[in-house]
This record gives sequence, C-alpha cells and structure tokens, in this order.
Amino acid sequence: MTVDARLQKMLIETVAQQVIAHADELTRLDQAIGDGDHGINMRRGFEAVLSELPVLSEKSLPEALKAIGTKLVMTVGGASGPLYGTLFLGLGRALPVELSGTAIAEALASAIDAVKARGKSDVGQKTMLDVLAPVLEEVRSDPHPLPERLRAVAVAAAEATIPMKAIRGRASFLGERSIGHMDPGARSTALMVEAIADVMEGKT
Amino acid sequence: MKRNVGIVIVSHSPDIARGTADMVRQMVGEKVPLAWCGGDPGGGLGTSVEAIIAAIQKAWSEKGVAILVDLGGAETNSEMAVEMLSEERRERVVVCNAPIVEGAVMAATEASAGSSLDQVRQTAEEMRPA
Repeated sequence: MTVDARLQKMLIETVAQQVIAHADELTRLDQAIGDGDHGINMRRGFEAVLSELPVLSEKSLPEALKAIGTKLVMTVGGASGPLYGTLFLGLGRALPVELSGTAIAEALASAIDAVKARGKSDVGQKTMLDVLAPVLEEVRSDPHPLPERLRAVAVAAAEATIPMKAIRGRASFLGERSIGHMDPGARSTALMVEAIADVMEGKT
Repeated sequence: MKRNVGIVIVSHSPDIARGTADMVRQMVGEKVPLAWCGGDPGGGLGTSVEAIIAAIQKAWSEKGVAILVDLGGAETNSEMAVEMLSEERRERVVVCNAPIVEGAVMAATEASAGSSLDQVRQTAEEMRPA
C-alpha cells in the first residue's frame, strides 16, 4: 500500500484545515488551563504547512512528514511546536514508503516515544500523549481500523483528559484546578485523527 | 577563539530577555559572549526555535554555550534548537535548570572566570529553588 500524491495532498490539507478551523476552540481550552495561545500557534503552523502544499504533495510520504515536522518546529512556537514537530519528524523517520498496518503502528510507536522524551512526559499526565497512546493501541489491535473506530477512540481519549490533573506544562501550575478542563493538546491531536478518519471515509 | 562559555537567555517575553541580558552586562561586563531572544515566530509572547538557534550562533564560543530559560515552552524549544545544530556544536550546548535572571547572572559570573561549561551549568543550577 502506498499513498499517492493526490491522497497525500488531501491528507495534509484536511488535517491542516481541521486544526485551523478549530483554532479558536483550542485557544479557549488553553485559556482555561494554559497560556491561551495553543490555537493561535497551531493556526500559524498549519497555515505555513498549507502554504507549501504543492511541494509537500510531491514528496514521498516520509519526506513530506519530515518537512511538515520541521515547518511546525520553526513556525508554531510555544511548547506545541517542538512537540508536534517531533511527532511528525518521528513518523517521517520511521515510516517506510511502502506502507502496511504494522509499519504504521511501529512508526507511530517510535514517534510517540520521541514525543515522550521531548516533553519529559508520559501517558496519564493530561497531554496529547493521552490521545496518541489509545490511538496506537487501536492501530496495533487492528492494522486496518475502521475510520469511525479511530475517530471514536480519539474523541473519547481527549474527553478522558477532562478529569485528569496536569503534571506537565503550564497547566501543572494550576494543580487541582486543572481538573475539569479538556487538555488543549489532547484536543488538537484528536482533531488530526478525526481529519484522517474523514479522508479514509472519503468525506472530503 | 572566544575564551569564555557563552550565555543565551530565552524568555517568552523579549522585554524580560533583554532586561536579563542588560543585568548580566552590567554585573559581569563584556567578557562573556551573550545573546538573548524572546517572542514567538508571530511576534507574540512565546519562543521561536529559529531565534534560539540564531542566538546560540551569536553567543557561540569554542567552550560551549549555556542557555537560561523561563517557562516550559522555552525549555522545550531550546532543546529542539540544540538538536538542530551541527553534531559537533550540539555536544557543547546545555539548557540549565535554573531561574532565568539569577541563573543568567550566576552562569555569566562563572563563565567570566574562564570556567568550563559543566562548571557554569552547575553554578547556575545552584540557584534552583530546593
């Protein structure tokens, strides 16, 4: 299985537009428990990605993912720039050009490890990792997961961060008061998974 | 070749970064290569990997560079910036776990005595709240 240029363009475009369309929501979530710039930062990063869409569509998928990672690192700012940058760079480094369900699961696993190292964080600390880990489990248990399954896992996982207490990042300064709000990074990760599911379903 | 360890100050706010650098200059003088950056790539509060890389290059010394940061994103972005340096430079840059103002002044004081990168980092990190 390979991703052709047309599908690749659609994936990048859909993920970017999904994040941009929800930028205000991400900022609102971040205002509750962080420094209130997550949506602004992510919009800037993904607008930069969109501006290079033609070039990115022509690259192989791993190369495109690496280029997206570097772009996000350079343009997003905040902690989410290096964290999402590391995720995309990690996927690009680990994915083969010839895809399989197993290869995707392995690449995602190694990219998640890189994000853990970058953020000095782990599952259960109210971060994007709390969405990435269950999504990985889903891909591992079923190498060809149904899009609606992926979407449901991601959305539920983001919602499961609401009762969590933040241990890392700005939200951790709030301690107990971080409980009761969805983590903005978990939400942005879920948005990306939802966008990928949309493309898989041919909704776009 | 610059003889002393360089100091880089990375804050979410350009005003804090510049102000901290001013204090270092006044208290330690010109013997230490010094650079600062603050603000995100869009000009708001935050940090920029590109600006951090540029600051590291500006404060570069063969003895290495110690970075002082304020909050989480500044640390994460600084670590990312270090990783994007050439391999031989990467080994000679550290991000100190210390408060930005006190850490920068202490690190620069130590650096001005010709100390090693390790010593500079240790002195800065002594300022860390227990």
